Amino acid sequence: MPPGAAGAGGPSGPLPVYGNVGASKVFNPDIAVIGDFLGAIGKNDSERATPSLELHEAETSFQAIVDPYARADFFLTFSNDEVGVEEGFVTFTSLPGNFLVKVGKMRASFGKVNQMHNHVMPWTDRPIVTDNLVGGEDGIDDAGISLSRLFPNELLFLEATAEVYRGESNIFRAPERGDLTWVGRLRGYRDLTESTNLDFGGSFAQGHNDVAGPGFKTRLFGADIAFRYRPLRRAIYRRLILRTELMWSRKELEAGPVKAFGAYVSGEYQFAQRWFAGVRLDRSDRADDAALVDKGASVLLTYWPSEFSQIRGQYRHTRYAEDIKANELLFQVQFSIGAHGAHTF
Amino acid sequence: MRVRSAVVVLGAALALAVTGTLWAAGPLNVITTTEDLAAIAREVGGDKVKVESLSRGYQDPHFVEAKPSFVLKLNKADLLIAVGRELEIGWLPPLVTQSRNSKIQLGGDGYLDASLTARILEVPTGQITRAMGDVHPLGNPHYWLDPENGKRIAKEIEAKLSALDRANAAYFAQREEDFEKRLSAAEKGWQATMAPYKGTKVVTYHRSWPNFAERFGLEVIGYVEPRPGIPPSPSHTFDVIQEMKRQNVKIILVEPYFDLKTPNSIGRETGAKVLEMPPSVGGEKEVTDYFKLFDYDVKLLVDAIKQTRSS
Repeated sequence: MPPGAAGAGGPSGPLPVYGNVGASKVFNPDIAVIGDFLGAIGKNDSERATPSLELHEAETSFQAIVDPYARADFFLTFSNDEVGVEEGFVTFTSLPGNFLVKVGKMRASFGKVNQMHNHVMPWTDRPIVTDNLVGGEDGIDDAGISLSRLFPNELLFLEATAEVYRGESNIFRAPERGDLTWVGRLRGYRDLTESTNLDFGGSFAQGHNDVAGPGFKTRLFGADIAFRYRPLRRAIYRRLILRTELMWSRKELEAGPVKAFGAYVSGEYQFAQRWFAGVRLDRSDRADDAALVDKGASVLLTYWPSEFSQIRGQYRHTRYAEDIKANELLFQVQFSIGAHGAHTF
Repeated sequence: MRVRSAVVVLGAALALAVTGTLWAAGPLNVITTTEDLAAIAREVGGDKVKVESLSRGYQDPHFVEAKPSFVLKLNKADLLIAVGRELEIGWLPPLVTQSRNSKIQLGGDGYLDASLTARILEVPTGQITRAMGDVHPLGNPHYWLDPENGKRIAKEIEAKLSALDRANAAYFAQREEDFEKRLSAAEKGWQATMAPYKGTKVVTYHRSWPNFAERFGLEVIGYVEPRPGIPPSPSHTFDVIQEMKRQNVKIILVEPYFDLKTPNSIGRETGAKVLEMPPSVGGEKEVTDYFKLFDYDVKLLVDAIKQTRSS
């Protein structure tokens, strides 16, 4: 009689039910996996064309409180046979003087989109200005220390953040240990009414760029503003977010500095409990040659079967600087399992 | 140069830290997540506390936005009182992390989960999955809708306030006792009003009312939502209509933050009355405290039941 078979002795009866956790499991972090499936139909002859179908990313999160003074958040991403730590940081929550310190690898506080994970964006792609000037999907995502302070006052929410990074991201590359990347951000927020508010910020980043040799720096400035409307009584049915980000880049190349500008304007409107419509306009110079300008326009429709899954279609028209025109239908299915911590506003 | 700039940044940071920690004396600053908890905290704390709620009573407490303006309120709080049972899981944790207030962090002296001694219903047993919708693994969080739980919440708040402000412990104890007395008297009245209608069958939009139903003798036979958090579907609505006709159900309770379209169409099909019934203090203008919440809901219900019986 093989062990485990009926009548062989040993444990019998139903399997232990979920929720009957042993003490060792109580301290396990919250774990979640978010799948981001992307598809594309239509013509795009540029080198930025995306695959017809792909599991673009599987984001795994592990989040827990470390001790009475800190919490930790890890976001590991699996994409196209690559595994990466998108973010992994500790947040010290109990510091005096209204400070909050984060240490680890994280998305830098430069503007809004750079801080967003793929699954919280209102589009299937990132704006052109992100691709051209701020390092694309991975953006400024590096190992470093973030120090931010709240300035409590009656008038508005005001937060200043200063960050220093190693210089190992898509746009900043440190040839020497001392070539650090610095990022600064000032963010303001104010409720206009109980249903409307204004969120605005200015950002700065500087570091050694990807040109080989000492002394080649890139400096970035960003301005962002968002207006939100969400009536409290109908919060699950209606909302409107209008947002724009403007970015200026000054990149030092062997031939001299290049000044480039880019921006996007977007709007998203929820018109039913499960339905969202959106639009985005893009325009950006390229960081290495400001004479090359990419432009785009998108319309979007998003459907939420539940809070834990989302289906999205995006019609995107792009006119690349090389005079390549692309008309594409991009679609996305996102799905989440487990316990994923809520995101900051 | 780089070292110097780092020193400047650190120096500036320290200077700000020193100027930032000026302590304000005076009444305890209490922030609650909902207006129900705020109402009870006011009953217990009297003029020794300053109480403010983050959400409004006419707002769905599951889906509050984690606005930065709330960070400012939490930054100054001496005590944060939450409903718990994962009601605020979607918005409170990032606010607390950003608050820069060590007192109100989970496990801190200034954090109170008001559900700890309350009677919690619908705690799932066995395996739970999200196929059940947005279920609460720790039980139904709408427990404040039983006045007996209101007393338990008040006791918890009294203990916490007394620990934070020992000098006023006797004051809080006396107010808590007084609140309990008045609540018991009022509850007798509500029970008496509801007694003739014990066993009345109702349909509710969301699972907000198990504690209320248990206390006041209602029988909830179905929900407008097919599953918690999932919007009504035609097939489920059809089933609800059939079941209401079969059991002759004449009352549909809808929280003020849900759309009335589906409840109204069910009402037309079944002849049932659709009641917009506030589950929280502040859900209607005249519902300004914990007593008025039950005054309002009991009157609304009884009037509707009388009407449906006479017609």
